[in-house]
Amino acid sequence: MAEMLKVTTENRDGLAVVYTEGYINNQGGEEIARIAYQLIEAGHKSVLLNLAGTKIVNSIGISILIEIIEKMLEIEGRLAFCSLTPTIEKTFHIMGLAQYASIYPDEATAAQALVS
Amino acid sequence: MSAATLREISLTLPMLPDMEIAASKTVTALAEYMEMSPDRIDEVRMAVLEACINAFEHSRSEEGKVLLTFSVLGTAAEPEKLRIRIEDSGVGFDPSEVVEPNIQDKLKAKSKRGWGLKIIRSLMDEVDIHSNSSGTTVIMTKYRADRGE
Repeated sequence: MAEMLKVTTENRDGLAVVYTEGYINNQGGEEIARIAYQLIEAGHKSVLLNLAGTKIVNSIGISILIEIIEKMLEIEGRLAFCSLTPTIEKTFHIMGLAQYASIYPDEATAAQALVS
Repeated sequence: MSAATLREISLTLPMLPDMEIAASKTVTALAEYMEMSPDRIDEVRMAVLEACINAFEHSRSEEGKVLLTFSVLGTAAEPEKLRIRIEDSGVGFDPSEVVEPNIQDKLKAKSKRGWGLKIIRSLMDEVDIHSNSSGTTVIMTKYRADRGE
């Protein structure tokens, strides 16, 4: 019923940026994790998830994002988020993700913080 | 003047993947009719998604359906609140036995899930849960505007 989440990546001056478009549900979360683990395997220690194209998420999808945070902590890397809707940002705070992953208002601000 | 039911919509959803989207679209339309702010609409939408997913995942309903009733309450001059009732005919649970999740524990745990009720309670203004061995009913309310506004 829901369209599959579209996930793309770009390398921005050494920072891996993952873009999502659509609903982050179970399958969407798994797809983000698959891409994130590929980036980690390729040597990236900082990954930015730009959720500008995502307006809805569910807690199952977010639980998979917590798995990515766990993996990042293991390798002493960083997962960060940018361009969240106010409700997604509020939900990340409710769940405590903001304690382990930085949240930035936009990609430029995130890149400045993560690349420096 | 006491609040009257201004609009009411009922929806029966089969417990199938992504059917929660249908509930989310319905509640969005009603909240827009009430002229709720976009951020509050998003919060209701997320809570409805979570309530449906909880029923789909945990109710163990043989019937395999969730009944949703969306009611706009208030006066004709001013819709005051949106009440959403989500009913399943599953095995029920004891809400007092649900352990509140926290990120520190979840990071160490094999299962990272179990956030639905916490999200619902945080995003809605009022939440009541009635559950027994015949099923569970969640009644949640969002006021049109923040009562502090």
